[in-house]
Amino acid sequence: MFLNILLQAQTIVQKDIPLPLPVPEWVLVLVLVLMFLVHILFINFMVGGSILTLVYQLLGLRKPDYDKLAYEVAQTITVNKSMAVVMGIAPLLAINTLYTTYFYTANALTGLMWILIIPLVTIAFLLLYAHKFMWHKLDNNKLLHISMLATSVAIFLFVPLIFLTNVNLMMFPDKWSVVEGFLSALVLPNVFPRYLHFLNACMAASGLLLVWYFGRKDFDFEGKFPTLSRYGVRKNLYTVTFYGSVVQFLVGPIVLITLPSQGLSWNVLLVIFTGASIAIVAMVWLWKEITGPAAQFGRHFTKIALTMGVVVLFMGSGRQLYRSNVIDPHRKLIAQKTAEYEKLVKEAQAEALKPKTTETAAAVHPGEAIFQMNCVACHQVNDKLVGPSMVEAAGIYKGNISGLIGWIKQPGKKREGPAMPTQAHLGDDKIKQVAEWILTLNK
Amino acid sequence: MDFPIFHLDFIGNRALIAIIAVLHAVINHALAVGLMPVVAMLEIKGFNLLKTNPELAEKWDALAYRILFVAFLITTTIGAMTGVGIWFSASLVNPASIASLIRVFFGAWFVEWLVFVTEVVLILLYFLTWKKLKINIVQKFKHVKYGLFLSFFSWITMAIIVSILSFMMDTGNWNNDRTFLYGFLNPVYLPQLFFRTPLAMTMGGMIAMFLTLIYTRKDLDFRKVALRSISKWVLIWGPLAAAGAMLYYYMIPKSLVGNLPVAMGTLEFQNWYSQIVVIVIVAIGLVIAMANWSYFRPQSAPAWLAGVSILLIVGLMGHFERLREFIRKPYVIGEYMYSNGLRVEDYPLLQRDGVLKHANFVATKEVTDDNMLEAGRDVFILTCSRCHTTNGAVNPLKGKFTDMFGTKPWETAQLKGYIKNMHSARYFMPPFPGNDRELDALCAYIKELQTNPQPVSGAQDGLGFNKPKASRPVAIRQ
Repeated sequence: MFLNILLQAQTIVQKDIPLPLPVPEWVLVLVLVLMFLVHILFINFMVGGSILTLVYQLLGLRKPDYDKLAYEVAQTITVNKSMAVVMGIAPLLAINTLYTTYFYTANALTGLMWILIIPLVTIAFLLLYAHKFMWHKLDNNKLLHISMLATSVAIFLFVPLIFLTNVNLMMFPDKWSVVEGFLSALVLPNVFPRYLHFLNACMAASGLLLVWYFGRKDFDFEGKFPTLSRYGVRKNLYTVTFYGSVVQFLVGPIVLITLPSQGLSWNVLLVIFTGASIAIVAMVWLWKEITGPAAQFGRHFTKIALTMGVVVLFMGSGRQLYRSNVIDPHRKLIAQKTAEYEKLVKEAQAEALKPKTTETAAAVHPGEAIFQMNCVACHQVNDKLVGPSMVEAAGIYKGNISGLIGWIKQPGKKREGPAMPTQAHLGDDKIKQVAEWILTLNK
Repeated sequence: MDFPIFHLDFIGNRALIAIIAVLHAVINHALAVGLMPVVAMLEIKGFNLLKTNPELAEKWDALAYRILFVAFLITTTIGAMTGVGIWFSASLVNPASIASLIRVFFGAWFVEWLVFVTEVVLILLYFLTWKKLKINIVQKFKHVKYGLFLSFFSWITMAIIVSILSFMMDTGNWNNDRTFLYGFLNPVYLPQLFFRTPLAMTMGGMIAMFLTLIYTRKDLDFRKVALRSISKWVLIWGPLAAAGAMLYYYMIPKSLVGNLPVAMGTLEFQNWYSQIVVIVIVAIGLVIAMANWSYFRPQSAPAWLAGVSILLIVGLMGHFERLREFIRKPYVIGEYMYSNGLRVEDYPLLQRDGVLKHANFVATKEVTDDNMLEAGRDVFILTCSRCHTTNGAVNPLKGKFTDMFGTKPWETAQLKGYIKNMHSARYFMPPFPGNDRELDALCAYIKELQTNPQPVSGAQDGLGFNKPKASRPVAIRQ
């Protein structure tokens, strides 16, 4: 199964939805790239925040103030998770519209896992609420308490793989005929390197968020955690950001190298390397914060945050550039195929409208023609099909044309099997003709 | 539909959307649109007593908070994720239709999204700052305003999404008037909104009543006042919901009667609708009875009865949603696209050339003498599987044909005759889109189902392009 993946298979070119885009393409691209970055930022905060809560809770088994710190971090997850979900809708709509054939194809090919995202994330959210709101009730059962959090963390670590598998598979039509479900698509290049990249980003972003969160003047750190040092905790969080970002300088190149080469081009490399260079500046400031004097702690925060924001913009754009490079040639093929198909559709329609040369049949009772058009799904003339034969019906309603007409319009249910649906839509004239013809069978 | 065909052969594809969507609809009616105004009302009751009776004010406030807590827990988890789930499942089950709708209604969904963001921010603010903003009257007033804005924006999301739902039902107008505005101007829109709004308010009121009955067990004096207030709410909105239901019941068939294919449906559905009216009357009657009971005899009103009324209304709502989806058939987009994902205009080409020829995601490209069963299975997947399973729990072909033709071996002529004409016999069935040869293959496949039903796997298990061809049995030489 795995070897099949590496075979070059036939590339499928399907037809697109033949309706115009609702807004110019560049608008959709802008919405997609920008809103996705907002979405993924909140996801980073959610996933990283959950991991940090878990770490602090485990530390809290020895030093109770860490458990209290964990509780504070858990508060941020409530907000970040809801923002992450709602901000995901805009890029979802945009990608549905912009890359319809690619996205839906990838969804279908990994369908079971894709739809499992819904119950999995729901469970993770419910467990997080239980974890937060039962914190004190479960003071004496840390095992249970931490298990609930750990389950949510495990789900949060798994679900991104499903998303990554999808957005990766959508770019490679030559793989569509080869994959067999989620697992085979998961191992396509370069899902795992991207996953590592994502995980580091979660830690880096969350560290930075919490540096700010615990640094707020109106946050009574010293009152809540008397045995912890605000400076110490914040410095550790800065370190998480620093290390998580530095590791990206190793993981990033791996991502680049393992990217299927169809999409690589100078514009992609230029954008990515520019972003990486800007990140170096942020690294310098982070280093200064971590190693600098406590009194000056936090002076570079805004610069770091803004710089990393710019870096993320570059990375997001590079990602979109890569995707267009891969997909655009195929999109041209799809546009061609769609146009050809629409032409065929119109030709066939025109052909169907031409009057057909009909053999002059023997003069047929108009009721019989109506019967042949409308009733033969369930009735035959001489034999039972779904319902009784017309000969039998003729016998039942002999001399009772109004009864027969009444039945056709409003059938009852006298026999086993599915009830006859009303044929009132035919109109009184046609029903009368059919009834007349049926009764001619009584000869 | 030119996508890989995702297929669930046990519960069927419709059930996937139905479960997710009905859950979402029930939650957003009962716990968001309907419940937020009740919470706001209870908070305001407390707010108005802050100066004159702070002890009683605190009781109202605490009750409002506890009710909001329940709503918050459920709406921000199951509510939010099932909303996303509707997109995911509709995209899996019928990508052709959802993709077409989004090209036309992108603006509506985008605006809907902006309102959702506002709603999410407001409910986070409303819930998370409740305790903090109790410190003084000015802050509390700010908080009360959050509740009012939240109630308003929740209702706006309903007003927008109903436009899309109504458009899908309004047959024929896709071809004439395919615009965002028409979502709001079509004849189905206002009746549906006038039904859903009071229905949501009533459901919200009942949820609040149920929770109040539980939360005020130990404080019977306050229980009386609280129940009075909430019962009043239900007694106002309940009859409006009943009136809205009747209006909807009469409006829908009338507006759809103009279209012949659906006229059949409206007459058959007259029977279904009568069932619904009975259920509506019983459910709303029970609700009104319950509300009266809590209003006049609050001490004895039982929580379990409120619970039963809620379940009844939820069941009613689920039934209504199913009906709304069903009455649209055979179309998924009225007169433009059938439920099988194929457009009306595609039919002349497909009935001539066959569906297999123009399908890119199934293994067989044409019917030959050797591949009747495989081709038949692929035709099933392409033309029937959006609504049917082969032999699953829901809507199985095997079961349907057994009902119609019995257990004796089915004959090709029977099957063929039926499938070719089923769209005349049953208005909700689309015409068969393939050519004659494909119909033969499909019938061969259906006959095989009678004796040897095997579940069909969808694209989520692979497209099957790489499977080795079934080897022919080698004739044994004597």
